[in-house]
Amino acid sequence: MRNLTLTLFAALAATPAFAAEKQVELKRAPGVEKVEVNCAACHSLDYIPMNSPFLTPEKWDAEVTKMIRAMGAPIDDADAKVIADYLKANYGT
Amino acid sequence: MITRRTLLKGAGNGAALAGSGLLAAARARSTPNAPSLDLSPLLPAGTRAQAALDSLPGKKPLIRLSSRPPNYETPLEYFRTAITPNDAFFVRYHLANIPDVDAKTWRLTIGGEGANGLVELDLDGLRALPQAEVVAVNQCSGNRRGLFQPHVPGVQWGYGAMGCARWKGARLKDILEKAGLKKEAIEVVFDGADEPVVDKTPDFIKSIPVWKALEETTLVAYEMNGEPLPHFNGFPARLVVPGWTGTYWMKHLTSIKAVTKPESGFWMSQAYRLPLGKFPVVSRFVSQETAVNTPITEVMVNSLITSVSSGGRLRISTPATIAGIAWDGGYGIQSVEVSVDGGESWRDAKLGEDLGRFAFRMFNYSFVPTAEGKHTVIARTTNKIGQTQPADLIQNPPGYNHNVMHSITLEVS
Repeated sequence: MRNLTLTLFAALAATPAFAAEKQVELKRAPGVEKVEVNCAACHSLDYIPMNSPFLTPEKWDAEVTKMIRAMGAPIDDADAKVIADYLKANYGT
Repeated sequence: MITRRTLLKGAGNGAALAGSGLLAAARARSTPNAPSLDLSPLLPAGTRAQAALDSLPGKKPLIRLSSRPPNYETPLEYFRTAITPNDAFFVRYHLANIPDVDAKTWRLTIGGEGANGLVELDLDGLRALPQAEVVAVNQCSGNRRGLFQPHVPGVQWGYGAMGCARWKGARLKDILEKAGLKKEAIEVVFDGADEPVVDKTPDFIKSIPVWKALEETTLVAYEMNGEPLPHFNGFPARLVVPGWTGTYWMKHLTSIKAVTKPESGFWMSQAYRLPLGKFPVVSRFVSQETAVNTPITEVMVNSLITSVSSGGRLRISTPATIAGIAWDGGYGIQSVEVSVDGGESWRDAKLGEDLGRFAFRMFNYSFVPTAEGKHTVIARTTNKIGQTQPADLIQNPPGYNHNVMHSITLEVS
């Protein structure tokens, strides 16, 4: 599990490690696929609605930056922007 | 205790059931032990919409906040006793790779540059050390984060990211003695078997100061309430650091290292930090302090009303009892006061059995409601060093140490 590639992330997102994991239906909007593939690689997607709708655009940017810089999520700048824009538009304030 | 005759318990979706107390009473009769979600209206709307009761293997239905990693809180019902049952004890993980540890192959290594040697213990070796027991509260640093106004990001816990258990194990000081502690050692560093999903995520590694490691009550526990630790609470052994918040209570413990420099990993140097001087902290972690912040350390004095939920009802001129639990960072509970008039007047509650200075202390206060209408009921604990719960939240960015007096609204009719 420690040497996953991005390709594997996609597979994992579709087949969560916990068989019993509840599927979280995020709002269908531009960018949702990138959110599902990247964020669900390391954690269930319930973290997103749980942290809504109170984060400002700056705070959602800070969360995405934290996931990349502090937590080591392998997400490039272009995808990070798509993800942050989706979160701000659909789960922000 | 308030009985079902005198109290028709408010449900989580109060609006739907508010006018239908009989329905609530009927439900309570048919499933007397069924927990309820009973989510606080102060939680973020998104949390309220998606939190649900759900069972992890070996656990009763708890309030699921996230599936992976699993973060599940204990419903209010289980805080009506001073000891929290193992199968209702809250679950909190940072990292999603959580192995099923095999007790036969599990090993604990003790070493580090602050130790004289390297020692390995298996479970039998750990059990062969002198046994010690402590009843202690394990409370997540972020318990009640979801009640912060304004909200702060993180797991949006309500009241149940805590529990109190009788822990049995070996004293950490006896374990450290096996490897031999050098006088230059300043911290002891802990790692558990759970791991990140990707290599670049910092592994969850924590340290405590040597003085805390050497306390008689700091244990490596292999039993919880007379049973082996549940998987989701750290089987086969976890660190127990009475008085300090749950972040230090490393689960699935595999490594103990005595070190001569402060542990510098993400989970010590960046996470679990509070602005310096914000909280009335006695028990400090000096080697980790900076000019501006400090690691969180001790549990703040606190209490929770558990006999009745906000929105519950009382019958006029009928004796009623408000009961709950009080706890602190190990100084001991001096008093719990209860107000039934929104804080205008206060009366001492009766304290229950003392299970030790780190344990939940039950309290109860009986009174006869004499006026109809809404009553704001508040509990306030003072500990033996004079610390009292605040009326207003002490704001801090990570959302830790929420110990505002618990206030509920009851309807007298």
